[in-house]
Amino acid sequence: MTDLAAIFRNEQGIARFSISQLSSIARTVGKTLALPLAGILIFLMLWQGVANNIDTSLGQFPGPVQVWEQSKGLLAEHQREREKAAAFYQRQEDRNAKRLAQNPDAEVKIRSYTGKATFLDQVITSLYTVSFGFLIATVIAVPLGIICGLSEKVYQSVNPIIQTFKPVSPLAWLPLVTMVVSALYVTDDPMFEKAFLTSAFTVALCCLWPTVINTTVGVTSIDRDLVNVSRVLQLPSLVHVRKIVIPSAIPMIFTGMRLSLATGWMVLIAAEMLAQNPGLGKFIWDEFQNGSSDSLGRIMVAVVTIGLIGFLLDRLMLILQKRISWDKQAILR
Amino acid sequence: MKNPYLEISHIGIEFATDGEPFRALQDVDLSIDKGQFVSLIGHSGCGKSTVLNIIAGLYEASEGGVILEGREVDKPGPDRAVVFQNHALLPWLTVYQNVELAVKRVFRKTKNKAEMHEWIEHNLSLVHMDHALHKLPGEISGGMKQRVGIARCLAMQPKVLLMDEPFGALDALTRAHLQDSLMEIQTSLGNTVIMITHDVDEAVLLSDRIVMMTNGPAATIGEILDVKLPRPRNRLALAEDADFIHYRQQVLEFLYDKQKNPQIEKKPTDPARKLQEVACKPASSQDDAAGDTGKAATGSNKTRAA
Repeated sequence: MTDLAAIFRNEQGIARFSISQLSSIARTVGKTLALPLAGILIFLMLWQGVANNIDTSLGQFPGPVQVWEQSKGLLAEHQREREKAAAFYQRQEDRNAKRLAQNPDAEVKIRSYTGKATFLDQVITSLYTVSFGFLIATVIAVPLGIICGLSEKVYQSVNPIIQTFKPVSPLAWLPLVTMVVSALYVTDDPMFEKAFLTSAFTVALCCLWPTVINTTVGVTSIDRDLVNVSRVLQLPSLVHVRKIVIPSAIPMIFTGMRLSLATGWMVLIAAEMLAQNPGLGKFIWDEFQNGSSDSLGRIMVAVVTIGLIGFLLDRLMLILQKRISWDKQAILR
Repeated sequence: MKNPYLEISHIGIEFATDGEPFRALQDVDLSIDKGQFVSLIGHSGCGKSTVLNIIAGLYEASEGGVILEGREVDKPGPDRAVVFQNHALLPWLTVYQNVELAVKRVFRKTKNKAEMHEWIEHNLSLVHMDHALHKLPGEISGGMKQRVGIARCLAMQPKVLLMDEPFGALDALTRAHLQDSLMEIQTSLGNTVIMITHDVDEAVLLSDRIVMMTNGPAATIGEILDVKLPRPRNRLALAEDADFIHYRQQVLEFLYDKQKNPQIEKKPTDPARKLQEVACKPASSQDDAAGDTGKAATGSNKTRAA
């Protein structure tokens, strides 16, 4: 009897414990999810309300509902296009097989499918382009920033150039980059498309600067004591950079890279739009020119996608920083 | 006559400022024998750290020079290892790796991998840190960090070990522990040590000689006290020792009678003070490492000296 009572008490204890645990989980979930969700909900309602009251020559301004419909439509379109492509290749293969069966020496041609690029294709192209441009920028900007941070003289001589080019709009660079790429990138078997290179270089030119500047600041603000340790040990410059400068400056380097990537992503859309280079920017422009009653909704899908991808890219950089940085306790925002 | 092991010969230093140059040190002259433990003591901002930085080669003296074993010091080097007040460990390297960085640099031609490994562990066990080889500096206490800082310097086998207020940022108990460890190591290795301190007891307990510096600007050596207490020294036994108390008294007299603390004497609203703080900037970037609020009013005694 007493045993039973003990078990009963115990079970109750367990139950109470798990309830309190659950409620604490619920509280954290509430804090991390409820507020952002509430914010999004209110925003969607406002958006719909405002959209209902704006009429354009292409119909009503798209609210969240229309955008949702259009995004489903775009996905379906993508699937249809893929099916068409698959069917095309299937037909081609069958035809070639038939021809080879009749005459084994026959020359068979394999053509690639030339259907219209879908929304998802454009997203992939844009991501690929921005990564390439960002990579070029980082490879140049981080070493340049380190050198500027280490040497006051280099900084003094490079700074005016940085400050002059930093505020230049991507659209100003675009014609120049286009002409230079066409003039210099002349091969019979191009590894990259010219449009791709033009967009990527324009992105690179615009997202160099935040990384250069932040890296420079990061390197100049290294703890004096650590620099003195390096001097006492007479560390060679490369070891000094590897062991002391880079680990110290990592947070600032990443801050710069995150700003750069965000800039690059913005620049890319504008460049694609203006130069009609494949990507999300071109998608938006094409829809605008198309001018159907769906166009505004589809553009809005692109706008939301651009925002979400930008957000995602920033998170990716944070994850990368967390992996690379020595300070696992640091709170990154 | 035999040349001294370390000769600090008539050094003076001036720092450039916006106005007229600021003279921090004037005619500091000191000879130190091998194996001696020398303390530099003086009020805040009197240029103790500047002297140490000149010996380390981190600053260049405006006049005079430092000669170590017959060779002039012209740049920093591992033969003059510096223990910094705030340990200056690289936070991204473990305890072991911090010492390894120094050992790899100093013994890259003379020791192989296994010997280096053994040497690193040996030095860390000297400071009783062999239990935390693979911890990061952020994971150990302040006293432990300073132990590692000392191990890193010992592992370089320096000709002179320079210590810039090594225990200044530690609590009293930890400080006593580390002082005992340092005495133990000093007895077994016989290093030549120059240590900066604010602490009179510490100076008397550890030193063979105490160099007392006058207040800046243009600070110089005021008095030198030879501490002839037998070694090994025991802090408990010495607490009531007549000689110890006498030495202590002499240092206190110098500091609080002959060289009164400028901060007490001066009013904080002194117009010369602002200029003074600007003037001290180049020195104070290292002189006044964080953690010692008492040093905030660097050298506010210009008008007094003038």
